[in-house]
Amino acid sequence: MNDDDIISKMIVLHSTFTLPSDVVIRIYESKADITVKETCFGLIIEGKRSVVDEVAREIRTIDPNRIFIKERGVPPGDPYRCRVGRGGGPKPGFHQHETEFTFLPYITSALEEIERGEGKGKKMTRSLPIHIETFKDIIEKEVA
Amino acid sequence: MVKVFIYPSNSLILSDLIDRFGHEPLAVMREVGKKIRTAGLDSPPINITPEDPKIGLKYAAVEVPSGVRGRMALLGPLLEEAEAAVIVMEPDIAFGCMGCARTNELVNFLVRTKDIPILELDYPRTEEDAKAFVHMIHDFTDGLGKGDK
Repeated sequence: MNDDDIISKMIVLHSTFTLPSDVVIRIYESKADITVKETCFGLIIEGKRSVVDEVAREIRTIDPNRIFIKERGVPPGDPYRCRVGRGGGPKPGFHQHETEFTFLPYITSALEEIERGEGKGKKMTRSLPIHIETFKDIIEKEVA
Repeated sequence: MVKVFIYPSNSLILSDLIDRFGHEPLAVMREVGKKIRTAGLDSPPINITPEDPKIGLKYAAVEVPSGVRGRMALLGPLLEEAEAAVIVMEPDIAFGCMGCARTNELVNFLVRTKDIPILELDYPRTEEDAKAFVHMIHDFTDGLGKGDK
């Protein structure tokens, strides 16, 4: 992993008071040498790894619990991914994004809990599969 | 900073949380990016080249479908670098046209053969579970040592 490698990062906003334009302005102010593309979910930024990482860290401080960032394989406006040249339809990666987007408000509230020092040691409740004997009882009751 | 392998390997939530808690997420996007930005005859749209199933032979036998071996050419190097792993069991998004159940099984198996700390979770379906999901990842990454970011 080289600091001079060109990489892209997706900035996903799930906020009612931070808009992609606010983040873009902050990037312009920083005068970082990167490409920025505004999208429906937030932004895509591209540039040298060291610069992109630095900008991503700075962006996160704007609204830390509502800005989500991940690396992206393809550059912004890539003709093989962008829907402009593909004649519509969901672009690769959309379904993953759509599935996870619904959880982002919950992730935000969990991050706020961590900030307040609450919820340490919380565990997920795992629903165990039904026991075969119980299942047999259900079948007998339903069929009878 | 610990290199944490995440699965599903293109997850926004996992990638963000690991990065946020001060560690380096090992995500497939990095490997895809390398392929796309390396100039050559096999530049996009072909992300997987005929060479990749050969690289995948390191992880899966020759009779295994080339799709599995091609995917392993991307995921294998990440697995080798991994110092810890966060695995989400049976994610809905890893199936269908985007996923490959056999690759998923192989990746899960290979992660378990490594002697590294692993956190296994389910994808949350309720608000309470989603909160616990984040707390569990936070506690796990805390235990890996403090990040230097």
